[in-house]
Amino acid sequence: MQAQFPLIPEQASNFAPTVDLLMLFIVAICVFFAVAITAAVIYFFFKYERKHQTEIGVPIHGDMRLETAWIVVPLVLAMAMFAWGAVVYVDYRHSPGDTLDIYVVGKQWMWKVQQPNGLKEINEVHLPVGRDVRLIMASEDVIHDFSVPAFRVKMDVVPGHYNTMWFRPTKAGRYRLYCSQYCGTNHAIMTGWVTVMEQGDYAAWLSGAAGAEANPLVAGQKLFAERACITCHSSDGKGRAPSLNGLYDHQVLLADGKTVTADDAYIRESILQPNAKIVAGYQPLMPAFQGQLTEEQIIALTSYIKSLQNEPPPPTGAGIAPASGKK
Amino acid sequence: MDTPTSTRTATAPIYKIPEEHYLNATYGIRSWLLTTDHKRIALLYLFSVTFFFFVGGIFATMIRIHLMTPQGFLVTPETYNKLFTMHGVAMIFFFLIPSIPAVLGNFLVPLMIGAKDLAFPKINLLSWYIYLIGGCFVLYSFSTGGLDTGWTFYTPLSSVYSNSAVTPAVLGIFINGFSSILTGLNFVVTIHTMRAPGMTWFRLPLFVWAQYATSIIFILGTPVIAITLLLVGLERMFHLGFFNPALGGDPILFQHLFWFYSHPAVYIMILPAMGVISEIIPTFARKPIFGYSFIAGSSIAIAVIGFFVWAHHMFLTGESVYAALAFSFLSYLVAIPSAVKVFNWTSTLYKGSISWDTPMLYALGFIGLFLIGGLTGLFLACLGLDIHIHDTYFVVAHFHYIMVGGAVMGYLGGIHFWWPKISGRLYPEFLARVSAIILFAGFNLTFFPQFILGYLGMPRRYHSYPPEFQVLNVMSTAGASILALGYLLPMIYLVWSLKYGVVAGPNPWPATGLEWKTDSPPLTENFLVTPEVTWEAYDFETRPDLELDHIVAGKLPAPAHGDD
Amino acid sequence: MHRTGELYGQFETLEQQKESAALGMWVFLATEVLFFGGLFMTYTLNRHYYGTAFGVGSNTLDLKLGGANTVILILSSLTMAMSVWASHVGKRKATTGFLLATLVLGSAFLGVKVIEYKQKFDHHLIPGYHFQIDYRAQHPAPNDDPKEIEAEKEELSKAFAKDPDLNAHAQLYFSLYFGMTGLHALHMIVGAGMLLWLIRQSMLGRFTPTYNTPVEMIGLYWHFVDIVWIYLFPLLYLIDRHQ
Repeated sequence: MQAQFPLIPEQASNFAPTVDLLMLFIVAICVFFAVAITAAVIYFFFKYERKHQTEIGVPIHGDMRLETAWIVVPLVLAMAMFAWGAVVYVDYRHSPGDTLDIYVVGKQWMWKVQQPNGLKEINEVHLPVGRDVRLIMASEDVIHDFSVPAFRVKMDVVPGHYNTMWFRPTKAGRYRLYCSQYCGTNHAIMTGWVTVMEQGDYAAWLSGAAGAEANPLVAGQKLFAERACITCHSSDGKGRAPSLNGLYDHQVLLADGKTVTADDAYIRESILQPNAKIVAGYQPLMPAFQGQLTEEQIIALTSYIKSLQNEPPPPTGAGIAPASGKK
Repeated sequence: MDTPTSTRTATAPIYKIPEEHYLNATYGIRSWLLTTDHKRIALLYLFSVTFFFFVGGIFATMIRIHLMTPQGFLVTPETYNKLFTMHGVAMIFFFLIPSIPAVLGNFLVPLMIGAKDLAFPKINLLSWYIYLIGGCFVLYSFSTGGLDTGWTFYTPLSSVYSNSAVTPAVLGIFINGFSSILTGLNFVVTIHTMRAPGMTWFRLPLFVWAQYATSIIFILGTPVIAITLLLVGLERMFHLGFFNPALGGDPILFQHLFWFYSHPAVYIMILPAMGVISEIIPTFARKPIFGYSFIAGSSIAIAVIGFFVWAHHMFLTGESVYAALAFSFLSYLVAIPSAVKVFNWTSTLYKGSISWDTPMLYALGFIGLFLIGGLTGLFLACLGLDIHIHDTYFVVAHFHYIMVGGAVMGYLGGIHFWWPKISGRLYPEFLARVSAIILFAGFNLTFFPQFILGYLGMPRRYHSYPPEFQVLNVMSTAGASILALGYLLPMIYLVWSLKYGVVAGPNPWPATGLEWKTDSPPLTENFLVTPEVTWEAYDFETRPDLELDHIVAGKLPAPAHGDD
Repeated sequence: MHRTGELYGQFETLEQQKESAALGMWVFLATEVLFFGGLFMTYTLNRHYYGTAFGVGSNTLDLKLGGANTVILILSSLTMAMSVWASHVGKRKATTGFLLATLVLGSAFLGVKVIEYKQKFDHHLIPGYHFQIDYRAQHPAPNDDPKEIEAEKEELSKAFAKDPDLNAHAQLYFSLYFGMTGLHALHMIVGAGMLLWLIRQSMLGRFTPTYNTPVEMIGLYWHFVDIVWIYLFPLLYLIDRHQ
């Protein structure tokens, strides 16, 4: 019976046990109150059923102590639920440092997924067990939502924004993937599978299947030349634009004196709308690529720029803030 | 009269329908279409919202039939998407929002406060016409291509990508908004300025408090959704880009503006139902309500805090973590006043003199279903849990428990409670109790499985689903067929009672409100002499005028031995 | 409900009737604030995103016409207030006269608005497929001041460098410009209609020191519409004038 009518989905990520425990906590509180109140109501219905036609109830107008009690007690319990939920959520929204980054693009009505080595999948995601995975997601048209119930995770995929989420698969297997935000006619078939593999199997799968595919790094490098990015962003730091060596994940000093971390969102914005944030010491010369690049091309460029992370930055002409370092 | 155990036939005085009342004051179609009598306008609304209820109900039936198999066997995906969208639009904007305020509120607010009419009777009629015009636009949209955006109209799907008749639908809802605004305005002014002598704020029936709180939301929330949906319409017509990322707009802004109204709109639906329950319980427990000021205050608190929780629909849009924390916190705060109400209703039953009349059964059902609906709200307000259950059937089940289990149970309870006042006659008690029980059972069978479906991960708005979810879906469909019966029965026997029901007399329960101090059905002017209020709300002790030994309603036909 | 003299049937006293009308109007104005509020919110967010485009859009507006309209509207509020006063003290002719003056000023405002809209139409600044922010710079009319056109070209090229999607973002500005001023103008037209009715009632001598609620209520409405403009004017016309 249990197999046929499960009450909870499989637990296959680091969040699953946490979320289920939180669920259990709230269920316990709610069942207690629901049962207590229902029992009281039913008991009163029988106990105080009208005995004769002219009977009236005992006029009780209220009781301050009771009112206080049933404001304070639920409030305390509600705050406990809030706090616990907040802890889980904050963890969920802050991905840990060393993650396996997978790019996801949602479009009506399919998921396009790209592995770190450039392998592309559609409506399928292969992941290694036990690694922290971060999904970096964009949409080409309407709002979608990437949801994997077995992992207890989901996140909207919003056009014009990058949304990210992370989790750590803990159990090998195949799990359903859904689009959870209504996105038009074939919303219900914008589904797929997440396949979690042992790390060795994953590596083998990746190298075995990857051969024929274009590497985004290579594609990005090619684009970097084709679009003439390289003429200004020369690696020696002597161009009209800052060198990108060692840029990713470091602090950048801006013309207005603020600093930002060069993360995916920053790189995306700097490609699409370069003048939103100008690096200190440079002129706003770069043309904007909004509408000029597909999401996949942006991803390719971003992966290339990320690959420069470990190149040594030139002594001058790097965009990195002086007192830089990993965040 | 001396034996309290005797049955209705033995004790009930024979009442006659009064010779002149609001229903027969004037005749002809003009006298109805041009009426400014709040009671007649309430009936106009009663017919129109019932019409939309059945339109929405037919869509719901088709949805449930379609979902009996994992592939969905009734309609195409396009049609399925239109069905759930049109179900939502018809039910929310044209049934639930106007149901209790515009039908029962219109009928009762002036009667309850001892006024002859609302402050602005012509505006009241105008708001019914606006509702009709908005309704026509929406029906036009339904019949010329339908609507497939979901009732939430999320952009850019609605503003750019949808090929269905979105523009007439958003215009219809835009227009309909003004009907709500004018009704709310009318109620606020009426409650402020038209109360009878002695009817102080804290003697007001709690139904009036609930209407007042609802009106605040009408006034402050509705204009925002009106302008937002108008912008969506303009965006479609003129290729503007407020919410279209391709043109520089922000789709998330739409969600903020939309939920700024549409979350409080949930309270528009549930607050008046809470008001109805707060009337029914003291009447049938024959004692003052426990914690009057807490129930009244909690209505206002819900209306006010309800304006500051909207972004809890957006925890997973990528909104800032701080915003999510704040909105989750506030969502938990808004749960407290609802809890206070439930505790107070339960305490009211303590040491009461409880009768099991139909309205009381509805009230009992309301408490049960609202409890489940409200408590499951705590799951969704919880940030960590919302990650998993957001946009799943858990949400569908939750809001149906609130809106159907809560609001519709309250509405039907209210219709039964005030039916003698509206029509002058009693409904058949036995049938009414049976259908209340059918409704309760059918409702739970329909929607409880959806909580489990949701936790298992079945997303909303899917026209097909993985086969492992079929058992629960079939249960839900089975429940829906029982539920449908529960809705049809009252339709039939209420209409039957208009001609054959027992004449009720002015106060058949008896209840303490001013509306029961006038004839049933009342005169066009409500009261011959402006009443003066000298008693507190729900005071049975010092009210010899209630004639407890004369009650006519609520007794089932006498058992054969004539004694209980 | 039948009306007895100045008292409508649903009310007990004149005082109650007046109180209801006043409260009703204030509640209605609260609704109106929220109604415009949705647009103001959209404006705020987009201006935050696209400051450059909003500046460019704002600079195409005619400050003289906008300023004149502001003065006209403030004057009309004054005449409206005067007519309320006149009706309170029972000066029938003065009431009518001031109402007439308000109507004339209101119509003048709408007239100026028509001229402004016409300009925008000529310059292809109506949002839609033909929208082109640099149309005027590219196709100057013969009587345009060449210096002005040069300045505009320079401004536009700078703006395009800052925001290559200037056209789309400027279109957002103009969508909001037409949305907000259009909604405001619609309120003015409704107000003008009510003024016409008031003038007729006033000429018939309906208003007395004890019964002047309609003048007062429509006066409130008129002031509200005026105040909305007081916000719209700087937000739409004065964004980027300091340069």
